[in-house]
Amino acid sequence: MEKLDFSFDSAPVSRSTDPALCGVVGSGNLEILVQSGVKPGTCEICIKTAARGFGDTWRAVIGSFAASHAAGGTVIAINDMGATPAVVSLRLAQALAEYQGGA
Amino acid sequence: MNAPLSREWDSLRQSRRRRLERAASLGFGKTIPTEKIIELLEAVIQPGDRVCLEGNNQKQADFLSESLADCDPARINHLSMVQSVLALPSHVDLFERGLASRLDFSFSGPQGTRLAKLVQEQRIEIGAIHTYLELFGRYFLDLTPNVALIAAQAADAEGNLYLGPNTEDTPPIVEATAFKGGIVIAQVNERVEKLPRVDVPADWVDFTVLAPRPNYIEPLFTRDPAQITEVQVLMAMMAIKGIYAEYGVKRLNHGIGFDTAAIELLLPTYAADLGLKGKICTHWALNPHPTLIPAIESGFVESVHCFGSEVGMDNYVAARSDVFFIGADGSMRSNRAFSQTAGLYACDMFIGSTLQMDLNANSSTATLGRITGFGGAPNMGSDPHGRRHASPAWLKAGREAYGPKAIRGRKLVVQMVETFREHMAPVFVEELDAWKLQKSMGADLPPIMIYGDDVSHIVTEEGIANLLLCRTPEEREQAIRGIAGFTPVGMARDKAMVENLRDRGIIRRAEDLGIDPRMATRDLLAARSVKDLVRWSGGLYAPPSRFRNW
Repeated sequence: MEKLDFSFDSAPVSRSTDPALCGVVGSGNLEILVQSGVKPGTCEICIKTAARGFGDTWRAVIGSFAASHAAGGTVIAINDMGATPAVVSLRLAQALAEYQGGA
Repeated sequence: MNAPLSREWDSLRQSRRRRLERAASLGFGKTIPTEKIIELLEAVIQPGDRVCLEGNNQKQADFLSESLADCDPARINHLSMVQSVLALPSHVDLFERGLASRLDFSFSGPQGTRLAKLVQEQRIEIGAIHTYLELFGRYFLDLTPNVALIAAQAADAEGNLYLGPNTEDTPPIVEATAFKGGIVIAQVNERVEKLPRVDVPADWVDFTVLAPRPNYIEPLFTRDPAQITEVQVLMAMMAIKGIYAEYGVKRLNHGIGFDTAAIELLLPTYAADLGLKGKICTHWALNPHPTLIPAIESGFVESVHCFGSEVGMDNYVAARSDVFFIGADGSMRSNRAFSQTAGLYACDMFIGSTLQMDLNANSSTATLGRITGFGGAPNMGSDPHGRRHASPAWLKAGREAYGPKAIRGRKLVVQMVETFREHMAPVFVEELDAWKLQKSMGADLPPIMIYGDDVSHIVTEEGIANLLLCRTPEEREQAIRGIAGFTPVGMARDKAMVENLRDRGIIRRAEDLGIDPRMATRDLLAARSVKDLVRWSGGLYAPPSRFRNW
């Protein structure tokens, strides 16, 4: 198990509803919880992953997500069981959409 | 002027007669008792013979293979084996026990590790690794078998053979052997008084033997829809909208992976919603994939010619004779040689997957410590320069590749991969393992499955790269990096150049195609389980027990 924390600048999220949960913790998959944070221009992410040694890849995946989505003002918690970057990116987009009320 | 050559001109026929006389002197007629097979093999096979052992993706002449491996290496040795696949443990036993010493083949899937070890120990000499048609071609030139050991469903008393739906490789093997002084021995699952139809005439067959159990068949083309992921659904949506629809691909072949199974299952849903029924995917060179059932039942598919059959599909296929090739007896006739020919010359597109791809788009499924070969993929995944007939897809691809005044078209050769495989192994690499493998095996060439210059498109979760539109090697490299995701190769992209390629439509992301990745859910699959497939088939598909969980 490895724990990683990242914080990226991101455009403020358009609207928020209740905390959103997306995905399941299973082999090759992950669970993402999106909640509101206190810094409107920042996306804070806390990752617990079963696969050690992929910090740089996580940084690139999350950085790309924060740059291409308006995710500022959120705190995102991830429980990962070896999901590939493709799955992580897709889940993040789904979770953020859910958080914004399924938009 | 040279004097006429003084030699015998029928030495093959004489050799054949001597072999048959040896068998006759031991009391053998055409029908061999099961327990006497080793005696027969030792009588008709000679040291140094070239022997073809039939077997491929579906049926295997497993009883004859095991029997040959049990022959006395003091009597039978230095055999040169020619065979489509090296798949069974007994195939490798032939070499380990000193019966055979040389091998020409196409594919060695599960035995790839044992084979690599034998090569390193110099206990086997590999002639070459072929694609199927290439190997069949050599059966009629310089690799004609002295003895062919084949598998059939049934024989009658005269020795006529019925092959059942799994014809596969039998016709070229038998034809090459029987017409060049060779001996043909068939193992059969049953003896019957009257065959449903004659697939091989008795006078091409020298001996038949009843196998103690039906020949082994592997359900190699069955993909459980329950295992298809959302990322595969997303890639399938991009492929359908960005390639199938744009080129109007009607005639095609699919690989066997989950990526292409996802496409098959999106035809009746996503593709139908896009109005593509009748416009794409009408004619196929394909095994009877269970995941194609919903598309067939929805009226997408007009015709399917098969390399071989698939376990559990026989009743369904037989009941859809407008779609499949069915004999007057009511059962399917497959034929790998003809289906591979269709895949080469008559298909507008091949789409498949790979384990590794380099920056020239060369791809390979060879990994260190394994010698596997590639079966039919190098054939179908190639642009044939011998094609002369046009189709809209072929012309459009040709104009993209060679400009508006092109005098030829271009086959679409598509590689569809997630950027990372399991255990975070990157698919995109600076150098294929194939190069190291070439060195360690002392081979003439690196084992590349599909050459980069044949590849037209690459689909990943990050988008589609159209290599036909690239005009320089630098553009090709950046087009590949630009869809290589977060692999080291992808992260080393020139971002400005990749954005330029995107502006020119050489790279297209999901959003460029009007696809919202969040819509990529398993709900889009026409079937989400094997049970769904059975339901679509009206109960005609009978999946093997390992795919049943109800």
